[in-house]
Amino acid sequence: MTRSEIISSTEPAPTGAALLEVDDLYVEFRQRSGTVHAVNGVSYSLAPGQTLAILGESGSGKSVSAQAIMGILDTPPAVITGGIRFEGRDMLAMQPEDQRKIRGPGISMIFQDALSALNPVYSVGWQIGEMFRVHQGASRKEAKQRAIELMDRVRIPAAARRVNDYPHQFSGGMRQRVMIAMAIALDPRILIADEPTTALDVTVQAQVMDLLKDLQQETGMGLILITHDLGVVNEVADDVAVMYAGRIVERGTVDDVFTRPAHPYTEGLMKSVPQVEAKGGRLQPIVGQPPNLAAIPSGCPFHPRCAHRRLGAAAAPGRECATDDPPLRLVAPGREAACHYSEEVLGV
Amino acid sequence: MTDQQQRDLLHDEVEAGTTTGLASPSVDVTSARQNSLWSDAWGSLRRNVLFWIGAVLTVLFAVMAVFPQLFARGQDPRACDLANSKALPSAEHWFGYDVQGCDYMANVVYGARNSLIIGIVAVLVVLVLGVLVGALAGYFGGWTDGILSRLTDVFYALPLILGALVLLRVGPSTSIPIINTRGPGAVALALALFGWMTAMRLVRSQVIAVKSSDYVAAARAMGASNTRILVRHIMPNAVAPVLVYTTITIGVLIAAEATLTYLGVGLQRPAISWGLQIAAGQDSIRTAPHLVLFPSIVLTLTVMAFIMMGDALRDALDPRQRA
Amino acid sequence: MGRYIARRLLIAIPTLVGASILIFAMVYALPGDPIRALAGDRPISPAVVQVLTDRFHLDDPLFVQYWEYLKGLLSGDLGTDFRGRPVLDTIERTLPVTIRLTIVAVIFEAVIGLIAGVLAGIRRNGYFDNLVLVSTTVIVSIPILVLAFLAQLLFGLKLGWFPIAGTRDGWYSYVLPGLVLASGSLAYVARLTRTSIAENMRADYVRTAKAKGLPPSRVILRHTLRNSLIPVVTFIGADIGALLGGAIVTETVFNLPGIGRELFDSIKAQEGAVVVGIVTLMVFFFIFFNLIVDVLYAVLDPRIRYD
Repeated sequence: MTRSEIISSTEPAPTGAALLEVDDLYVEFRQRSGTVHAVNGVSYSLAPGQTLAILGESGSGKSVSAQAIMGILDTPPAVITGGIRFEGRDMLAMQPEDQRKIRGPGISMIFQDALSALNPVYSVGWQIGEMFRVHQGASRKEAKQRAIELMDRVRIPAAARRVNDYPHQFSGGMRQRVMIAMAIALDPRILIADEPTTALDVTVQAQVMDLLKDLQQETGMGLILITHDLGVVNEVADDVAVMYAGRIVERGTVDDVFTRPAHPYTEGLMKSVPQVEAKGGRLQPIVGQPPNLAAIPSGCPFHPRCAHRRLGAAAAPGRECATDDPPLRLVAPGREAACHYSEEVLGV
Repeated sequence: MTDQQQRDLLHDEVEAGTTTGLASPSVDVTSARQNSLWSDAWGSLRRNVLFWIGAVLTVLFAVMAVFPQLFARGQDPRACDLANSKALPSAEHWFGYDVQGCDYMANVVYGARNSLIIGIVAVLVVLVLGVLVGALAGYFGGWTDGILSRLTDVFYALPLILGALVLLRVGPSTSIPIINTRGPGAVALALALFGWMTAMRLVRSQVIAVKSSDYVAAARAMGASNTRILVRHIMPNAVAPVLVYTTITIGVLIAAEATLTYLGVGLQRPAISWGLQIAAGQDSIRTAPHLVLFPSIVLTLTVMAFIMMGDALRDALDPRQRA
Repeated sequence: MGRYIARRLLIAIPTLVGASILIFAMVYALPGDPIRALAGDRPISPAVVQVLTDRFHLDDPLFVQYWEYLKGLLSGDLGTDFRGRPVLDTIERTLPVTIRLTIVAVIFEAVIGLIAGVLAGIRRNGYFDNLVLVSTTVIVSIPILVLAFLAQLLFGLKLGWFPIAGTRDGWYSYVLPGLVLASGSLAYVARLTRTSIAENMRADYVRTAKAKGLPPSRVILRHTLRNSLIPVVTFIGADIGALLGGAIVTETVFNLPGIGRELFDSIKAQEGAVVVGIVTLMVFFFIFFNLIVDVLYAVLDPRIRYD
C-alpha cells in the first residue's frame, strides 16, 4: 500500500495538523513485583521536516515512548494510555492491522545495535526487499533491484555486489546504513532513530548523522532522534525535549536549551560534559542515581538529586519540591520546563 | 565456547538422556558473585516443588538402600515358597510374589541398595576421569588438548550402553581386576569408562572460559602457580555446572545399570536388582504384569528423583533461565 | 564452505578409526584368553584354536591385527561369523529393519516434539507450557526399558491397539517401538524448541520485524521460527545417527530383527567379527550424521558458513 492510499483510506487530516501528536502518553509495565511507570504523561508534536531530539539517560522512558508510538510494545505486559495521532488519526484506537500498515510507509524506526537488530540468517538485500514485498507485493526480483538502489542511496559502496551478503559481513557503520535503507524504503513520513550512532566510532557517527540529515532534506520527513549524546543533538536537531523519570522536564529549541537551561537536570547535563566554549570549568557529574521507575520519588522526581531544590519552610507555598509535582509550564518565550524554580535556574 | 563445542555438549546431554541446559556459554563468576549465586540458588530451590519431590524421594531411597528392613514389612526377600509363585498383590503382600514365590515387595526394596551403590560409585569415577582429563585439556590447551579431546571424541562415538555391554560381556574372561568379577564394581566401572566424556567437556569448557578471564590473568601476574590457579580460581567456577550434571547423571547411570542387568551382562543372580526382576518378570507379562510393573515403577521414581533435583538445581544456578 | 567441510572431515576420520580400534581391542585384545572369550561357552578343539589364531592374527601385536582387519574392511570384507556366514550378509539382512524403526522414530520426534515445543514457547509460562515442562521431565526420567514394557502392557495387551512384537504387520509394527525409541529425543526436541523460541521472541531482530510493519504471522514464521529451528534441526539430524545405533533395548524388547538386536545376540554369543562389524557401522552412522549436521548447520546459519 502506498502513502497516498493510506491517506485516502481515512478521513483527510485537518489542514495544518502536525505529522505526529503525542498527547499525555503513559506507559506502564505491570509485573508481579510491582508496576514500572516507564512513561508518565509525555506530550509533543512533530512537523514535516522537523528534527526533534529526545534527550535523556537510559531508563528515562525515551525508548519506551518511541516504541509505544511505533506500536511494537507487547500489550500486556505494557499498558498504554493517552493519545498518539499520526496525521490526525488516533493510532491507539486503530485496529492492530491498520496500525501495522502505518509501520513502514508512515512511521519507521532504526535501532541502536544494527548487528542484533538485523536478522542474522537473511541477506541484507532480502531484509530490505522484504519491505517492498510485504507492503507493496513486489516480486522477489523487483524487491532485490530496489534494495540495491536503496543501498546506493545510503552510500553503501558496491551495493550490487554486496546485496547478497549477510549482516555480520558488514562493518558497524555499513550495518547501520543497511538499517537506515530498510527504514526509509517506503519513504516514511516519520523516522524514529533510537540511539542510531551510540554503537559506532566517532568518525562513523558523523557520517551516519550526515546521511540522516541529507535524507531528511530530500524527503521532508519528520525525524525523532532519541539519544543521550548532547553533541549529536547540538549538531542535527531543531528542537529538544529532555526526559527524566518518564516525563518531559524541559523543552525548547536546541540553541535556547543548550545555552540557557531552564531545568536543573538539563543544567546538570550541560555541566557534566566537556564543552568547547566553556574552557577551564570543572566537569560536574549529577549526584545520585537515576530514579527507580517502580518507585518514582514523590513531588518533583528530580528533587533528590537537585541542586536548586527547596524543601519545607524554604519553599514557596505550593512549590515544595518533595511534595508538589511541578507541571511543564511556559517559563520564557518558547521555553517550557517542569521546575518550580526555573526562573532561578535561568537566572532571570 | 564455540558453536561446535556447544552443539557437542547438546549431543552429550541427549546422550545422557537429559536436558541439563548446560550447553550454553559459561559465565565467569567472581567470588562475591559466587556467594550470591549460591544463596540466590538456595532461595529459589526452597520454593521449587519439583526439587522437594526429588529430594524427599532421594532421601527415601537412600534410607531404603541402607536399612531395607524398615520397608520390607518384616519379610525376608530370600524366604520363598514355590506354592506362592506369581501370586498377585494382596493386603498382606502389597507387591505379591515373584516366580520363585518370594515376597516381591521385600525383593524390590532390597534392590535399591545395588542401584544406588552402582549409581554413586559410577558417578564418582566419572567425576574423577572427567575433571582430570577436562582440566588438563582445558588448562594446558595445544597438543595436550588436541590429543585428549580426540580421545574423548572416540569414546563419545560409542553409546554408553553399547560400550559397557561389550566390556561387561568379555570382562569375565579377562584378567583385569574388578572388571572380571561380574559384581557391582564391574558394572559401575564399565558405566564410568563409557560415560565420562560429557563431564570432561563440561570441565574443559569451564576451565577455558575462566582461564581467559581477567582475574585469572591478574592472579598469574602476581605469580600464582599453575596448581594454585587451577585449585583456587578455576575449580570453584566449575562446581555449579558439574554439580547439576552429577545429580542428573546419577539417575541416568541407575537407569543404565538396570538396562545392562536386564540384558544379562550386569548383576547376576543371586544378587537382588531391579534389572534382574524386570528380566525375570518379562516372561509372565501377560499373566502377572505386576512382576514387571513394581520394579519398573520404583526404578523410574529413583531416576526421576535425581533428574528432578538436577533440573531444579540447574534452574536455580543459572540466572539467565530465571524469569 | 569447502574448507569448513574438509576440516570437519579431518576430525571425523581419526574419530572413526579410533572408535573402531577401541571396540576391536575390547573384543580381541583385552588381557586374558581371547580364544576362550571368542568361543564363549562352546567346547573348543586345538584345531579351532589354531584356525582362530590365524584368522585374527592373534599372535601378532594389536595394531598388526587391526591393520589386517582394516585391509579386509576396505575391500568390503567384514569377515565371517562362527558358522561361516559373511558379516556383511547379516548386516544387509538386519539393517532395513533398523532403518525403518529410525524413520518412524524421527517422524514422531520431529512432529510431536516440534509442535509441543512451538506451542509451549509462544505462550511461555502458560498452561500448555507447564504441561510440556512436567511431561518432558517425566518422560526423560522413564528408562527406555521401562517405557517399552509400559507401552506393551498398555497399548498392546490392555488396549490391543498395536502389535507388541515382530514385524509381521509391516510399518504398523513399528509404531509402538518407534514411539518408545523416540521418547527421550522427543522430550528434548520439545524443550529445545521451547527455549529457542522463547529466546528468539525477545530478540532485537524480531522487534525490528515488527517495526517493519510485517504481519504477525510473518514475524513468527519467517523471523522467529526460522531462527529458532537451527538448533532443533541440527539436533534431529545428529539424533538420526544416534538412533540408528541406539536401538538395542527397543529392538530386543519388541523382538524386531534389526542390527541392534543382532548386535545384542552376537555380544551374548561372543561372535567377535559380527560385534566389531556392527559397532563399526554404528559408529560410522553416528559420525556421518554428525558431519551432515555440521554441513546443515553451515547452510542454515550464514554466520558459520563464512568463518
